[in-house]
Amino acid sequence: MLTTIKLAGETLAQGVKIADLTDGRVTITTGAARFTGWPVRRFTRSILAAVVAGILALGAPHGAQAQTLLNVSYDPTRELYEDIDKAFADYWVAQGNAAPEIQASHGGSGAQARAVIEGLDAQVVTLALAADIDKIAKEGKLPTDWQSKLPHNSSPYTSTIVFLVRHGNPKAIKDWGDLVKDGVEVITPNPKTSGGARWNYLAAWAWAEKNGQDPQAFVKSLYEHVPVLDKGARDATTTFTQREIGDVLLAWENEAYLAQKELGADAYDIVVPSISVLAEPPVAVVDANIHDDAQRKLADAYLNFLYTPEAQAIIFKDFYRGWDTSKADPADVARFPKLELVDIAHFGGWAKVQKEQFADGGVFDQIYTAK
Amino acid sequence: MSDISPARAFRPAATEAPWARITLTLAVVAILAVLLFAPLVTVFYEALREGVGASLATLANPESQSAIWLTLFVAAFAVPLNAVFGVAAAWLITKYSFRGKAVLITLIDIPFSVSPVVAGLCIVLTFGANSWVGSWLVAQGLPVVFAVPGIVMASMFVTFPFVARELIPVMVEQGRAAEEAALTLGASGWRVFFTVTLPNIRWALLYGVLLCNARAMGEFGAVAVVSGKIRGLTATMPITIEMLYNEYSSVAAFTLAAVLALLALVTLALKSLLEWRYADQLAATHRH
Repeated sequence: MLTTIKLAGETLAQGVKIADLTDGRVTITTGAARFTGWPVRRFTRSILAAVVAGILALGAPHGAQAQTLLNVSYDPTRELYEDIDKAFADYWVAQGNAAPEIQASHGGSGAQARAVIEGLDAQVVTLALAADIDKIAKEGKLPTDWQSKLPHNSSPYTSTIVFLVRHGNPKAIKDWGDLVKDGVEVITPNPKTSGGARWNYLAAWAWAEKNGQDPQAFVKSLYEHVPVLDKGARDATTTFTQREIGDVLLAWENEAYLAQKELGADAYDIVVPSISVLAEPPVAVVDANIHDDAQRKLADAYLNFLYTPEAQAIIFKDFYRGWDTSKADPADVARFPKLELVDIAHFGGWAKVQKEQFADGGVFDQIYTAK
Repeated sequence: MSDISPARAFRPAATEAPWARITLTLAVVAILAVLLFAPLVTVFYEALREGVGASLATLANPESQSAIWLTLFVAAFAVPLNAVFGVAAAWLITKYSFRGKAVLITLIDIPFSVSPVVAGLCIVLTFGANSWVGSWLVAQGLPVVFAVPGIVMASMFVTFPFVARELIPVMVEQGRAAEEAALTLGASGWRVFFTVTLPNIRWALLYGVLLCNARAMGEFGAVAVVSGKIRGLTATMPITIEMLYNEYSSVAAFTLAAVLALLALVTLALKSLLEWRYADQLAATHRH
C-alpha cells in the first residue's frame, strides 16, 4: 500500500512505507529515493479533529449555569427589559446573590412562542398575548393554569390602543367617530395577520356599541378610510411616518410613545380616545426549561420583581401602564389619561372573536373590500 | 447598386446605431442607480443622520459587537467548509463518470431552489427539541437549534452550492487531460490536485468563496428560524438589524446595516483588486 507524506511546505511525496518514526513521521521509499515526513492522513485527521472540537465547544450549553436566565419576549419590549434587567440585577445582588446574567430575545409574539415550543431554552416568557403562552402550555412546558400564578392575570403591565396624529392634529381627530369623517385616512395593519390590528378593530367595535351605532357598519366605514392595509404594526408605522401616508395611525400606546420619542416629538401628537381596549401582556415561568433549584429561585424572583414599586416605576417610564404608582415619577403616570377600557372578555374571549370576526368568511372578510 | 452605400451593406451584425447604444446604456445605469445605488446610499445616510458620534456609539454597544463577531465567526466556519466541499464535489462530478451523477448535481442545487425559510424549518424540525436527534443532543448538553451550531448549519445549507457551481463549468471546460498527464508521470492524487488542478481553478474558487462569504454573512431567512434571537448570543448582524428596526432604533439598525454593506463591499473590492492585479492570468484561464 502506498503512503502519502507531506514534506516541507506544499510538497507531497508518495511511496511505500518502510519505517515509522517515534514522533509520528514516516519514512517512505519511492524506489529512487527515501523521504521522511508527516503522513498526510494524519494531517487531514488533525484538521478534522480541530473542526469537531470547535463544533463541540460552540455547542457547549450557554444556559446551564444556575445564574443565567433567558427571557423570551415580543418585539418592542427591549428598552423596558433592558431597564428592568439592570434594576433586577442590583436588587438580586443586594439580596446576597451572585450577579445574574439575564439574556433577552425579541421577535413577533407568535413566532417566539413557536420557538419556545421547538426548544428555545427560555426560563421566562413575557409575550403579547395569553394565547401565545397557552400554546406553550399545551405542549406541557408549563401548567395550563399558569395565568393564576401571579397577580393581575400574570400581567405586570397593560397597554391600550391610541391614535398617533400629525403634529397639531390638523384633521381635529378626538375620538373613534372622527376617523370616518370625509377626507380622513386611517393607517392600521391587516387584522388577519397582525395581533395589534385585531385590537384596533375591536376598540372601534366597542366604541360603536357604546355610542349606539351598528358596530359592523361602523368598522366597515372605518376600513373604507384605510388606504393601505399593512402586514404588521411596524410596517404600518413606517407607512405613516416614513411614507407619510394617512392622517392617523392606530397604534399601541407604548409603541406610539416609542415612535414619538424615536422619530421626533415635534412631528406627531398622541390622541387618547374616549374608549379603547385593555391588553394584558402576560408573563410566566417555563417550568420545563428550569434546570435546577437555583435557577427556579431566580426565575420566580425575576417575575415577582416586575410587581415591585421599583419595577413598576420603570414600567411607567417605558410607556406601559403599570398597577403600582407609589414610586413612579408622577409625570410618567400623568402621561396616561384615564379612559374607558374593555378587555377581551367583553367580546367573549379570543377563540370566539377569532372565529366570528377574523376567520375566513368572518365579519372582516364581509366588510372589507380591497382597493 | 447605387442606392445602397457600401458602409450600410457591410455593417457588422453586432454594432447598433448610436442612439440605441446610448439608450441601452442609460437605461442600465438608471436601473442600477434606482434599484441598487440609491437604497445603498440611503442606508449610509440613515446611519449617519444623527451624526458620526451617534452611529459609533451604537457600534460600541456590546450587543452590536457580539452580532458582528458572530457573523464573522459563522462565515469563518461556513465558508472554508463549503469551499472544501465545493472543490470535492466539483472534482468528483467533472473528473469521474459514475451512475447517478445527475442526481448528485440536483442535490447540490437544492439550496438554490428551496426557500431559506424552509431550510431553516427543516433544521428546526430535524434537530429541534421535539425530534429524537434534537432531544438526544440537548440531553448531551449540545443544543444545535437556537444555538450557534444551528446558525452555522443554516448558513452552510444556504451557501452550499456557491463554490461547486462556480467550479463545475470551469473544470468541465478544462477537461481532465492535464490531470491524466500528471498521473502518467507518476504524481499522486494529492499532488495532481495541488500542482495541477488547484492552480487551474483558483480564480473560480476565489470567486465562489467570495460569493459564498457574502451570502453567509448576509443570510437572514434560514438563520432567523434557527437563531432564537438571543441578544448578544445567537443574534447575527441581519437578525440584530431587524430587531433594532422593529424597536424603532433606526440609527442603530442602519449603522449595523451600513457595516454589513461595507463588509460586502470590501469583499467585492477585494475581488476587483485581485482581478485587476492578475488580469493577465485571468485572461489565460478564461475566467472573469
